[in-house]
Amino acid sequence: MTDKNGFFDLSKSTLSRRTALKGLAAGAGLAVAPGFIRYSQAQSSAPVKIGFQSHRTGIGAAYGRWYEKTTAAAVKAINDAGGINGRPVEVVIEDDGTDPARGAEVVGKFATQHKTDIVFGTLFSHVVIGSAPAAGEAKIPYFVVSEGHHVASTKLNRYVFQPGITDVKSQIQSMAPWIAANAGKKVTQIFPDFAFGYDHRDYLPPALKAQGADVIAQIAIPPTESSFTKYFPQIPAETEVIYHVMVGPAVLTFVKELGEFYGSNRPQLFGFMDSLEATDINSPGLEFLDGSHFWEGSPRYAQPDDSAAQKAYRAAVGIDDNGAAVGDPKDVSTASHMFGCWETLYVVKKAMEDAGYKGPEDRAKLVEATEALTEFAEGPEHPQGPKTFNGKIHQCFGIQNISKVEGGKLKVVHKTKIEDGLYEPEGDYTTQAL
Amino acid sequence: MTEASPAKPYALHLGVIALLFALSFVLPDYHHGLLARIMVLAVFAMGYNMLFGYVGLLSLGHAMFFSAGLYGAGLTVYHLGWNVPAAFAAGLACGALLALVIGLLALRTTGVAFMIVTMMFAQVFYLVILYFASWTGGDQGLVVQQAARVLVLGSGSLDLTNPTVRYMSALALFSIVLLVTLAIVRSRYGRVLVAIRENEERTKMLGYDTFSNKLIAVVVSGTICAASGAAYALLFGYVGSSFASVQYSILPLLWVLLGGAATTLGPLIGTLFMYYVIDITSGFTSAYLLIVGIALILLVLFFPKGILGSIRQRWLGWLP
Repeated sequence: MTDKNGFFDLSKSTLSRRTALKGLAAGAGLAVAPGFIRYSQAQSSAPVKIGFQSHRTGIGAAYGRWYEKTTAAAVKAINDAGGINGRPVEVVIEDDGTDPARGAEVVGKFATQHKTDIVFGTLFSHVVIGSAPAAGEAKIPYFVVSEGHHVASTKLNRYVFQPGITDVKSQIQSMAPWIAANAGKKVTQIFPDFAFGYDHRDYLPPALKAQGADVIAQIAIPPTESSFTKYFPQIPAETEVIYHVMVGPAVLTFVKELGEFYGSNRPQLFGFMDSLEATDINSPGLEFLDGSHFWEGSPRYAQPDDSAAQKAYRAAVGIDDNGAAVGDPKDVSTASHMFGCWETLYVVKKAMEDAGYKGPEDRAKLVEATEALTEFAEGPEHPQGPKTFNGKIHQCFGIQNISKVEGGKLKVVHKTKIEDGLYEPEGDYTTQAL
Repeated sequence: MTEASPAKPYALHLGVIALLFALSFVLPDYHHGLLARIMVLAVFAMGYNMLFGYVGLLSLGHAMFFSAGLYGAGLTVYHLGWNVPAAFAAGLACGALLALVIGLLALRTTGVAFMIVTMMFAQVFYLVILYFASWTGGDQGLVVQQAARVLVLGSGSLDLTNPTVRYMSALALFSIVLLVTLAIVRSRYGRVLVAIRENEERTKMLGYDTFSNKLIAVVVSGTICAASGAAYALLFGYVGSSFASVQYSILPLLWVLLGGAATTLGPLIGTLFMYYVIDITSGFTSAYLLIVGIALILLVLFFPKGILGSIRQRWLGWLP
């Protein structure tokens, strides 16, 4: 690089980084390097660019793959129907390695290199929390599909939203009435000894108490544990329900050993489908789950009373009646979570249209337009069910499903009401400056 | 022992700092932000290099020193509302104290045992962070809010979340640590460390207290790593347990090996190289770690002493 234009003459006191940048942009040397091209502002016909922060590698890879499939299907549906404000939608994908540090870099890359309009699609809580500061500083709206309580806790910032999937605090709270009324009133919790488990540890007892039931024991299992038999004697004999939320590869061993411990005379079992996302419910060792109940965000198996919207959504994403990829029965989806990608993109579409969004200069307007949303009706855009949205805490609240394992399938036996999962807001993002 | 002329090394190091300063004015936004992050993590690598490169002690637990700084600074801001300089000092103090304690215990071992002991302590540190999740945020971590990341200077203030301020802060830290490292390795003390690396028994025989010298090196190394962690928390706003995991003990080793162990500028080169290889290749394939692996194998084959180490061996013998 030469100094012909005086870019390196730092004696010029008037030189600022901004002016130097503009000058350099004109330089032919860098202009030919694709990564360095300074794109012009989006024009009216230019695509709306959505930066998809995907877990392509790392522990979130199984989710990441299905999140990508669902996103691609939603984008196709939106584009086929005319795009957003008449502009086509284009998705730019970057892998965050399911790592919070890389996640923050990826958000920066979307904001400053790809110049996307928003960032979207993150699932794992630690990646969301790690990336949120970068989104707030770049002032780029960050729409996550994580189900963590972090957004609604109002500990992140005004640019982070979760409008497509109910948070875990609400999910747990809405399970309590059904558990107390149908499964039993003396509950023992078994959960992994890290943050996902702590949400269940902290939110279930008060929710059950309000329903006249009690958590009589809480058993935290270290994440590195590979055998669980030694923990089972800690389960009190009077336990009527075992509430389990084990996740990861250990879940198969956990269920198998629980079966060996109890035999045919077991308490009721209630679990969260997070344990078995992307895992076939008929895998060897899971027989013990027959007759037990699970929370499901959106049903994995097609149900007799599925709405037309649900059927259309399943067809568009490419999952069969058993919740596996069409043509590959072993490729089981992450149905309880991935619908959130579909629904979030339609929320983004609605908010952009309400804001008259034209380009990155309208990002603040997009934030305010999203905060102004209150309800999402069930339909093709929201096939999982109706939702309310609280603009102060940037979180939506929807119905939840309780399914029973029956004949190797999951059958929805109860749908909660939105009101079951509502709680007092813990703060207000709208008081933060944009 | 006669010292080599200090002019060349100092000119080179000041030149590198000047180049990084100049880059702030010309780099596109994304690379500007990335380089700020790289400089902070290069400080981590420089701290690691102090012990690994110059004393020959291979630690697999340096993530705990980085995290001590990260949490020392992050938690004092988050829970106690401390200002930026106080939080940074808290991070440094945590790192220095931890390094002193770990050094006293771990230096009773050598070689493979030292690796294992440091790794075990780091694992304990990691699990402690998870155990006190209500304070540390556990595996999810905590966000240090933008409003808390402002450096008040007299009547003015510097917003550390501003890209230019962040870059210059990272550069300032990098420059100070680089020059301090250079001064140490060129000092008599630095020669003693190299002597310990080359032949500890002979150094002892010459009358040096090798344990004390190594302990000081562990504390200096831990403090530099903690400075990097504290700066990371304050500049980038995220404090999380993944930084205390074994991966972050191996990364600085990798960066140092790549750039050149026992070279003052090697850690920067190694960190820069790894970051850009991942950044560029991940845009083409999800199997980017395979490409990173191949790149590493090629480097080991053709630059067995790391990039700068090999350059020093072949062409520039005066490189510190």
